[in-house]
This record gives sequence, C-alpha cells and structure tokens, in this order.
Amino acid sequence: MNKLSIEERLGKDKFAVDEDKPHIVLDQRICAQCSKKPCVKACPAGLYVPQGDGVKLDYAGCLECGTCRVVCVMKGLKWEYPRGTFGVEFRYG
Amino acid sequence: MSTEERFDAIVVGAGPAGSVAAYCLAKAGLEVLLVERGNAPGSKNMTGGRLYGHSLEKVIPGFWEEAPVERRIVNETITFLTGESAVSLDVKSKQFAQAPSFTVLRSEFDSWLAGKAEEAGAMLACGVRVDELLRQEGKVMGIRSDEDEMLADVVIAADGVNSILAQKADIRGELPAKHVATGVKEVIELPRQVIEDRFHLTEQTGAAQLFVGECTRGMQGGGFLYTNHESISLGLVITAEEFADAEERIVDLVEEFKMHPLIQPLIEGGQVVEYSAHLVPEGGLNMMPSLCHDGLLIVGDAAGLVLNTGYMVRGMDLAIASGEAAANAVIAAKAGGDFSKQGLSSYQTALENSFVLQDMKTYAKAPKFMENHRIFGNYPGLMEEMMVSLFSVNGNSAQPVRKSMLTSIKRHGGFMQLAKDAWKGMRAV
Ligand SMILES: Cc1cc2nc3c(=O)[nH]c(=O)nc-3n(C[C@H](O)[C@H](O)[C@H](O)COP(=O)(O)OP(=O)(O)OC[C@H]3O[C@@H](n4cnc5c(N)ncnc54)[C@H](O)[C@@H]3O)c2cc1C
Ligand code: SF4
Ligand code: SF4
Repeated sequence: MNKLSIEERLGKDKFAVDEDKPHIVLDQRICAQCSKKPCVKACPAGLYVPQGDGVKLDYAGCLECGTCRVVCVMKGLKWEYPRGTFGVEFRYG
Repeated sequence: MSTEERFDAIVVGAGPAGSVAAYCLAKAGLEVLLVERGNAPGSKNMTGGRLYGHSLEKVIPGFWEEAPVERRIVNETITFLTGESAVSLDVKSKQFAQAPSFTVLRSEFDSWLAGKAEEAGAMLACGVRVDELLRQEGKVMGIRSDEDEMLADVVIAADGVNSILAQKADIRGELPAKHVATGVKEVIELPRQVIEDRFHLTEQTGAAQLFVGECTRGMQGGGFLYTNHESISLGLVITAEEFADAEERIVDLVEEFKMHPLIQPLIEGGQVVEYSAHLVPEGGLNMMPSLCHDGLLIVGDAAGLVLNTGYMVRGMDLAIASGEAAANAVIAAKAGGDFSKQGLSSYQTALENSFVLQDMKTYAKAPKFMENHRIFGNYPGLMEEMMVSLFSVNGNSAQPVRKSMLTSIKRHGGFMQLAKDAWKGMRAV
C-alpha cells in the first residue's frame, strides 16, 4: 500500500461545506506574530499552510477535531463547530 | 421546535454518554430531548476502536447480540517500534471472554445506541447545534440553538471533549494542550477472509494492537490497530502539546506509520475508505471540571472521563457509566423536586462509588509518568537492542547476555534511570 497525500485522504471523506459561514476565522495580525505556528504541524487535515508571515487556512476540509483551537496559544483564531447539518460526516467513525 | 415545550431533561450530544443517559431517563418515563449536531448520531464521532463491554452490559444486558459491534477481542499486542524493527508482547487468553471487549465503528454504533433511546421514548433531534446553555441566576434552565430556546428541569452536557457548552458557561476554561491528545485514524477496507488469515482470527474474533516508539517519533503517544469485520482501524494518538516543537506534521506521521515494515504486510491490498480525527482527553483528574451544577450535569468526555494508561485508552465505558449515573441522579432529583446542585449531587457520589472515579484515581499518576520522553523515545530502542542481541547469531563470539544487556542499558540512559522509570511506572499503573 502506498502513502496517500492529505488531499487524497480528505477526498475519501464526505463534507457538506457551509459556504456562507466559515467556522474558523484567523486573525492574520496575530498569526504573523506567532513564531512556532503549531497549527501547521498539528492539524490532522493539514489545512494550515504557512503563507508570508502568517498562515492560510482552507476550512472546507476540517475534521472538526478542535486541535488547532487547543494548540493556538496566541489566540489567533476563532473556532466553533460548523452550523447544524454542515461539516464532515463520518460514515465509519 | 417551539419554546412552549418543556422537558424533564435535555441531553446535548448523542455519543455513548448522551444516548445512554437519554435511554435510562426515557425508560424511567421522563420526557427527554436528545440533541445532536451531526445529521445522524455518530456522524461526527470517531474512536480508536474498542469498547470494553462491562458498563453497557449493565444498562442493556447482552447488548452485543443486537448491537452493531465488529469483533470480540481475543488477542492483545503491545509493540515497541524502532525505525525498522519491532519487539512485541502478544497475549491470547480465554479469560478475555469473561469481560469481553469489542471493536466498533462509531457511525453505525452510535446510531444504534441513540435508536435505543428513541425506542425507549426519548425524542431525538439531529442536525441541531446547541449554541449555549440558558441560565437564570446561575441555574441552567435549558438550551439555545440559533433562534430556538428549549427549556428543561435539567440539562446533561454530553457534548464531548471540546465541550463548548461548559466553556461558554465558564464552568471550565480553555483546554490546555497538555491535557488533550490528537487522534488520527484511517479505516482500511480488506476482505473479511484476508483479515482473519492475517491476524489468525475466526469469524467473530478480533485483534487489538498498540504501538509505542518510532510511530510518534518518540513524542508522547502511540499507535493503534484494531480489526473490524471488513476493515482495519489504524491510527496515532499524540499529545497536542508536542506539536509546538515537533519536526513533522501529524498528517505525514500517520502515513509513515503505515509504511513501517511491521504494518505494511498487515494492510497490503487494502483501500483507505475514511480518514478522521478527534481529540482525546488525557489530563485525568487534573482536567476534570466540577460535574454537578444547578440544573446541569456533565458526563463522558465533556467531564474528562478518559483513562490513557499508556497501554490502553478507555473512554467509552466510562462515558456509558457516567451517562447512566447522571440519569439516575436526575430521576432521584425529580422524585425530590430539587434540581439544584445539591439535589443532583447523587451523581458525584455514584461516580465516586463506581469504577469510574476509582479507576481515574488509581491511574491519576499515569499522565505524569507518560510525560517522560524516555518511555516513548529511548526505551523502544533499548528493547529492540536487547532482543536482537538475544536472538542474533552472526558468527562473532557471543557476549554473555548479562553483558550485552548492560551495554544496551547504558547506551539508553543508564541503569539507575531505567530503575527509576520502572519504579515510577509501577506506581503509576
Ligand atoms: C483516536 C481515539 C482512540 C480512542 N480509543 C478508545 C478505545 O479504544 N476505547 C475506548 O473506550 N475509548 C477510546 N477513545 C475515547 C472514546 O472515543 C471517548 O471517550 C468517547 O467517545 C466519549 O463519549 P462521549 O459520549 O462522552 O462523547 P462523544 O462520543 O464525543 O459524543 C459527543 C457528542 O456530542 C455532539 N455534540 C457536541 N457538541 C454539540 C453541540 N453543541 N450541540 C449538539 N451536539 C453536540 C457530538 O456531535 C457528539 O455526537 C478514543 C478516542 C480517540 C479520539
Ligand atoms: S497557532 Fe494560532 S496564532 Fe499561530 S499561526 Fe496558527 S492560528 Fe495563527
Ligand atoms: S479542527 Fe482539526 S481538522 Fe479542523 S482545522 Fe482545526 S486542527 Fe484542522
């Protein structure tokens, strides 16, 4: 069995993306000050990618674990669960 | 939903803790609303894979006859991994059958359990995210979701590890990164027969394997593998605090774990059908909020009721027992007409008198012991070196076993250090 890229893995999952309302919002001013950027290493969906001094985030593939919320000690993000009926839907779990 | 209705109890979250609470309440004739943010119970949930059956057996005797459990575990393995080698301790025993444990996939399992609550008379509302608790002079009166408000004598917060409800209500602060671990998992589909041949299983029996060492690059945590009927659950759990200084992304570590020469042949030919992630509470008693409040009880992961002992993760059996205990406390409170913290306090007492808080206390030192990096970093290498020297015959003149072992121990931190860690380990478990 070969390694799968994170895109390939997320491609196996079912998502109902809430296009109107992102459930995670970054404050780029804080992210730019954050030297360790633990979210990049910790996000199991690999959604945080360094960009310039800050990070960019594609919330559409979020697995809703809450890891980024916990490791972000600089409080550079606002996090909530997606609105009811939206987000990831595990068929196995 | 209208504001007119008033329930005896509202349970937030249809995981094992919430569904069991709702089941017990409904069975006792109370009017219960079970609210779940996922489109179906289980659709937001993931676990490693193994339910210790004892606490659900108490609530629904013989549950596994009808529940969608996968395989009954008959084979337990712990493996110390280095880059290319593995040293395993492998246990098969008929005695495991006396207190059976089962692999589960949560989407199906949670739907079944919430269905039991519905059958018993609970009202299940899915696709509804509860936004906050309604409070009046400190007492919890109900819940708000979007524009809707619903009232109840008691709310049971069974909303899992992130427990936004408890946090918003200032019952608990931010979760510190050292009190939770990130779990990632792949479900890898394989034909039933292939799984049974590879793991030496029969039709209903299963294997549970835990891994320590290289799979987390020595970071606090480990790997797991569970056999389901027609798939394998494979993943990693790593303490979230480790990522501040980690060199690799967890996203990549899980794929490298799959490539380990020990794991490869076990999953060869399989198809990844799902990739998931979830937090595991692992702060033990140190992270536990107070569990009884005026009009509110906290159960399961939301209460931090998980044991991570280094060789096992147990949360589901504690979640179920806490859900049952909370339901009993609400039933007692209703009889007495007192839903204050005092009126609900039999919940705390019941947990203290049961395995839930007793086991949490027994393992209270485990989280600290596990913070020791030698356990995950040095000792797997030490195990490998000692075992390899025991079994290798290469034509060089053999060293006495005692001597080669001492050399290995010295290289991996020294005898005193090992003895100290072993002592701490014995005291922690
Ligand atoms: C990788 C991993 C491996 C594990 N391995 C094991 C194991 O082998 N054995 C074991 O016993 N335990 C294991 N655990 C722990 C176990 O999965 C948990 O302890 C257990 O699922 C907790 O049950 P719960 O009902 O308290 O919470 P959950 O199962 O998390 O249920 C919470 C529910 O609340 C819902 N919810 C949350 N917020 C809201 C809201 N605002 N509104 C409406 N609904 C909401 C969620 O969608 C969810 O359905 C593991 C955990 C992980 C992550
Ligand atoms: S950890 Fe927080 S502050 Fe730092 S880069 Fe990530 S989101 Fe921004
Ligand atoms: S909640 Fe989990 S999956 Fe979603 S962005 Fe945060 S770390 Fe990544």
